[in-house]
Amino acid sequence: MEMPTPEPRVLSRKPSIVARLRSVLPSDAVIDDPTATRAYECDALTAYRCPPLAAVLPASTDEVAAVLRICHEEGVPVVPRGAGTSLAGGALPTADCVILGLMRMTEVLEVDLSDRLIRVQAGRTNLSVSGAVEADEFFYAPDPSSQLACAIGGNIAMNSGGAHCLKYGVTTNNLLGVKMVTMTGEILEIGGGHLDAAGLDLLGVICGSEGQLGLVTEATLRILRKPEGARPVLIGYDSNEVAGACVSDIIKAGILPVAIEFMDRPCIRACEAFAGAGYPDCEALLIIEVEGSEAEIDEQLGLILQIARRHNPVELREAGSEDEAKRIWLGRKSAFGAMGQINDYMCLDGTIPVSSLPTVLRRIGELSDEYGLDVANVFHAGDGNMHPLILFDANTPGQLETCEALGAEILKLCVEVGGCLTGEHGVGIEKRDLMEVQFSAEELETQMRVKDVFDPQWLLNPAKVFPLATSAARRAAGRDAAA
Amino acid sequence: MLAPWSEAELADLIRGAEAPLVVQGGGTRPVGRPVDGTRLSTENITGISLYEPGALTLVARAGTPLAEIEETLAAENQVLAFEPPDLRAVLGTEGTPTIGGVVATNASGPRRIAASGACRDALLGVRFVDGTGTVAKNGGRVMKNVTGYDLVKLFCGSWGTLGVLTEVSLKVAPKLSSATIAIRGAEGADALSAMTDAVTSPFDISGAAYVPGEAVYLRIEGLEASITYRAGRLQSQLAGFGSVEITDDREASAAIWQRLRDVRDFADDSYALWRVSMRPSAMFDALIAGATELAPLDYRLDWSAGLAWLRLTEAEARTIANARVPGDSTAATGAAILHQKLQDITAAAGGHATLFKAPEALRRSVPSFQPEAPGIAALSQGLRAKFDPRNLLNPGLML
Repeated sequence: MEMPTPEPRVLSRKPSIVARLRSVLPSDAVIDDPTATRAYECDALTAYRCPPLAAVLPASTDEVAAVLRICHEEGVPVVPRGAGTSLAGGALPTADCVILGLMRMTEVLEVDLSDRLIRVQAGRTNLSVSGAVEADEFFYAPDPSSQLACAIGGNIAMNSGGAHCLKYGVTTNNLLGVKMVTMTGEILEIGGGHLDAAGLDLLGVICGSEGQLGLVTEATLRILRKPEGARPVLIGYDSNEVAGACVSDIIKAGILPVAIEFMDRPCIRACEAFAGAGYPDCEALLIIEVEGSEAEIDEQLGLILQIARRHNPVELREAGSEDEAKRIWLGRKSAFGAMGQINDYMCLDGTIPVSSLPTVLRRIGELSDEYGLDVANVFHAGDGNMHPLILFDANTPGQLETCEALGAEILKLCVEVGGCLTGEHGVGIEKRDLMEVQFSAEELETQMRVKDVFDPQWLLNPAKVFPLATSAARRAAGRDAAA
Repeated sequence: MLAPWSEAELADLIRGAEAPLVVQGGGTRPVGRPVDGTRLSTENITGISLYEPGALTLVARAGTPLAEIEETLAAENQVLAFEPPDLRAVLGTEGTPTIGGVVATNASGPRRIAASGACRDALLGVRFVDGTGTVAKNGGRVMKNVTGYDLVKLFCGSWGTLGVLTEVSLKVAPKLSSATIAIRGAEGADALSAMTDAVTSPFDISGAAYVPGEAVYLRIEGLEASITYRAGRLQSQLAGFGSVEITDDREASAAIWQRLRDVRDFADDSYALWRVSMRPSAMFDALIAGATELAPLDYRLDWSAGLAWLRLTEAEARTIANARVPGDSTAATGAAILHQKLQDITAAAGGHATLFKAPEALRRSVPSFQPEAPGIAALSQGLRAKFDPRNLLNPGLML
């Protein structure tokens, strides 16, 4: 993966840049020792690594602003980092950048159950946001798989989703406001406790901008009262088409489950071998979860099962107890771990119109044969967000490249049928060079204009999202302005 | 009036334009600073281009009448979950509301407080022509999409100031049965408490509104047995606030929410009308208390007290002027004083107040939209300058 050549002017000034950073932060919050900066050399896209010039760990918005003012004056690129769980390389450094890590900013600043909101520092983990209101029977809805580790700041940067967003939406639908520091060190309050924007919806474009528009230091998030209960059901089919038709019929019938997860045979087998959840050996498996009181759950599941039976399932299992519910989710939740045990894998994230599901799965099977690498599919079927896992061996020369080529083909297929390259992981560096498959040059231009307004010198996470050649002129102009 | 028949014709027209254009759909929401220019309507760029009920997706050209979309959805027992208000009666306008106009104004009804959210939350993709005449798309027609920047949200509620929408793609929802709970006798702070109690219960409230002197209304939707169950639980939970009655007739329940959604109560006899968005906990203490110091205004609350509509009659406006400016009893002066007061309150307490209806002269003399903090205003202005560098599209409307 190509990255921009580090700026010699910045590399040669490292000692004075680090000294300036030390003048505004506690000394243990500036990391420049080459062995220590290696901790920040990659995120969860571990195939690509590069230690940064330095890493800083500010503890307040004011400290973030001080760091950004210095980096702006020095012309140093800044790469924001939440918890480093990006699967797309969103927090991958360059050798001339400062990593700005949020892990010391984890405070809960305000909880207001009546107004149904919580305000937290952006380094707080997703799960601990829910944790802060759990005793009051409230929760924060977006639930990315990495929720134990990932930071809210990263969730906002990537507009993260999760299994339950079919009902509750993704990060952007649950974000009410941010405190954000611009690259020049200006502190802005955008949104707040109210439900819509006063003027242009800047919050809407900041969410999902991959840390390229500003550093979010605080977030006001919508919290919701927990439903009385939830129960999953497991349904097995002997073909992907039939499983897809079942999903479509459930949605058409007016039932909106909180989650509809889909696994194909390679994935079912791997999960079964790993977790022993007792899944049937079939072509396609659906896990559907509904919420409410016992009676409400019975009513919804009754309808779902009625529809499911019309499609002749090979297996139909309703959780009769908390323990059975856990077993139904066990295999699905350990899917990535199961794959990791068999092989190295690359996890894709394209979204497709639900109606294209059977076609896309068939075509992925053909591509898998063509490239000689196995692909297992696990995904959020209700909203068409696919997660094909391509299995490969990183130690076999050439396999990573073959895997990436197959991944690119699958993502192009997603775009071709009316979908997109990434549903919840973000573009980062991983899908950066595929952006032209989905967008015309003019369309990329309209997006880059937004960055021009927020960060005219292109210093914030500059080598991400847009193909390097497309952003080259802007990055060069910013560099010249800084010099 | 210019009303091109296609996106390509529209793009040509904008490329060739030399003077400001008054961008509109059906022209039923004349809000903001009046723009002097040639009217440009998308009313001829029409048609539903894709509808997949099983995928909950609908794509339509911007000029498609809202009514056509709602009829098409109804045939499959589906709806737009954000239930866009029809403000013709209250704003005193005629014409045909279009889906493009709904999106450009982020028009969102009572269901804003439910998981389905506002128009911006249901909007999956847009096509538009910007002020340079460039045609572009953003987002798409799938439910989850984080590919590139989210200009979809940016365009939603941009009132035609960044570009002219030509096509929108929306997430639609199943039409559910509903019941309405009316609580009579809970007024003022008690009304707020009743709404708060309901929306923080596990019973999935999809509407919470307050008509002073009449009732607090709560809506529950879903499958039949579930509605009965939740209505029963809420009835006992809220009994302490007043008399609680349940309307489970589907049409009667829908009529209540349509009236509240469209602010029908203020269709007659309003000199000026404001729409205020705030945290519920600040609504009474800061806004209603502050506003009614000047005059005994009538108001309606929606979004569980997160949204207020305030109505000023001509007589009330004169009273305010008389009391505040010796020798001046014009309604415009009174309305301007109240306007300033509302925007001061929201600036201090968080949120925003928008002058939604007023005589044109008043709309020319005050900023209808809440003035933004300098840093935010600079970003908004910067974005407009990039998307519309020649200042052609509804210039100044939001300022």
